[in-house]
Amino acid sequence: MTTITPTPQKPWRASKRERSFDFAILIGGFLASYLLVALTPMKGKLAYFALFFISYALLTAVLKGLTRGSAAAKDALVSSLVVVGAVVTVIPIGSILLTVLQKGLPGISFGLFTHDMALATPTDPLANGGLLHAITGTLTLVALALIMSVPIGILTALYLTEIKGRFTGPIRFLVQAMSGVPSIVAGLFILSAVLYPITKAYSGFMGALALTILMIPTIARTSEEVLNLIPNDLREAGTALGGTQWRTVAMIVLPAAKSGLVTAIILGVARIAGETAPILLLTGGGDKVNPNAFNGPMGSLPYYIWKSFNAGSPEAITRAWAGLLVLLGIVLILFTSARFLGTRKISR
Amino acid sequence: MSTPNLVIPAPREITTEPRRSDKVFRGVVTAGGLSSLLILGLIAVFLGYRGFEVLRQEGFGFITNSDWSITTDDAGNVTQSQFGLAAMLVGTILCAVVAVVIAVPISIFSALFLNFYSPNWLKKFLIAIIDMMAAFPSILFGIWGFLVLMPSVEYWAKLIHRYLGFIPIFDMQVPVFTRSPFVAGVVLAIMIIPIITSVSREVFAQAPLDRIQAAYALGATRWAMIKAVVIPYGRSGVIGGAMLGLGRAMGETVAVFTVLNIVFQVNWHVLLGAGGNVASLIILKFGDASPYEIKALMAAGLVLFLLTLLVNASANFIVKRTGKSGR
Repeated sequence: MTTITPTPQKPWRASKRERSFDFAILIGGFLASYLLVALTPMKGKLAYFALFFISYALLTAVLKGLTRGSAAAKDALVSSLVVVGAVVTVIPIGSILLTVLQKGLPGISFGLFTHDMALATPTDPLANGGLLHAITGTLTLVALALIMSVPIGILTALYLTEIKGRFTGPIRFLVQAMSGVPSIVAGLFILSAVLYPITKAYSGFMGALALTILMIPTIARTSEEVLNLIPNDLREAGTALGGTQWRTVAMIVLPAAKSGLVTAIILGVARIAGETAPILLLTGGGDKVNPNAFNGPMGSLPYYIWKSFNAGSPEAITRAWAGLLVLLGIVLILFTSARFLGTRKISR
Repeated sequence: MSTPNLVIPAPREITTEPRRSDKVFRGVVTAGGLSSLLILGLIAVFLGYRGFEVLRQEGFGFITNSDWSITTDDAGNVTQSQFGLAAMLVGTILCAVVAVVIAVPISIFSALFLNFYSPNWLKKFLIAIIDMMAAFPSILFGIWGFLVLMPSVEYWAKLIHRYLGFIPIFDMQVPVFTRSPFVAGVVLAIMIIPIITSVSREVFAQAPLDRIQAAYALGATRWAMIKAVVIPYGRSGVIGGAMLGLGRAMGETVAVFTVLNIVFQVNWHVLLGAGGNVASLIILKFGDASPYEIKALMAAGLVLFLLTLLVNASANFIVKRTGKSGR
């Protein structure tokens, strides 16, 4: 007597026939796009790309429609559209990264990080001058903005999560509104409220003040999310041990949220490091390393890029791309470290 | 034996009154929390105060005229001036609307892809790089848009002009395609796609799983499920995200200034290379502005501030409504 063991079936898997159809459609899509490009005046890589997607989407939709009805046809069409959406979202990122690397790398040299532009003009060869003044300027601006915005941002987040007083709703809305304030308006505000009536001179500190306004909402909102993740048990444990609210927050809640708060701060820095408009209005943008943020114009990376790009000579444009590469590098390093810290916080 | 004297402690007074340290703590934190109110208030007050003279001089014409000219005599006194923001306001809205019209469908599709179509590893990777793109400096978008993107966008603009030219806004008399509001709109769209995508993705991810499963159990295809469950649930969240993107697009300065050709004339033709933007106007005129013109720029800043505040407030209102309905 023989026993018959049924072979396990996987009905959700695509059958051989379906897979061969998919493959045929892929080939058909390629052929159609090739033919259309050859026969019509449309040209270029983008045309191939667009026509391939269109013909692939139509072919799958028609096939599904013939075999399984109109609902399946619509489903197939949307599946292709959704992929197109994701691809279109990613293409600019790839293009930007590639362009910056391609055009910025020729301008990168060791001298770039050890010289400033005090003795060089925009048309000088690349070996003359560098962006030391811009890097130190950006670091000074960011450090000053940090000193001012971190306490305010974290206090705002603490108000929203720990005190939850009468103003919670309005403050949450105002922080949101503040994150939508155009950077140029922040610059104009510092110009009208501090620079004209009080100091009457461009300086790095003025720029840092404007950056503070732009940084507070980012820090406040991210910190609020982080503090909301701290389990309430910890707060109750602190109170049960006889701690006052101040001691509970300072000794338990904030240490528990530490890495998340660092993430918030880093995201804030990434937000403002490349901010250009208020810098153009407020810092004056010198060409020399200026260690004093309170006196004299101060250069910074965005200002340097802006100035070199507008100077227009080939050397200056290369300088601008090199500056962009350095700036992008700084932003990406900050962002990656924020992500790293952020994921570690969640996994614990 | 005498019992030892029992010391009965006096009952402690029980009070909910916070200790002094807590009072100080609450005071400091509340003060910190209210700083956002203070800053926003100060922005409005100071820009209004500085721009008041110009606003009074120009009256309502400040937002309906489109001339921007100032003549001074040799001593630097203003002899004649005319400030109007109409062209810039129209340009700002035009660029921002082009950006939102392009960005919203793409963002919705990519958010749907991330939530319901993508394999898990790809999803994590894509979310990381899309969030990263939101942190790119705006000057980078500007320069990239000017040097790399503009040639292709001009080509698309020519195609649109040739085949859709019968629609009034795509029509134009002089074929100048360079540096048009359309180009600026495309650059802005690329800047706001990450923002709208991540808002939509978060809203879509909150769609209740039981309803999704119910839709599948009734034999729905993936698209039918999305249409029946996810889109009704996330609609107002997506609209809120789009408004946030609109606010960002309206306030963008450097990227727009780099790609847009600023002309002081109201222009509704998207493809024509002449546009405006309030924020770019400020950067353009700031460099060699006389004190009186600076006041006009402050007033322009005030208008821009109020405009973005309005857009953000409505975005906030719409997003808030999502939380209550559909759940």
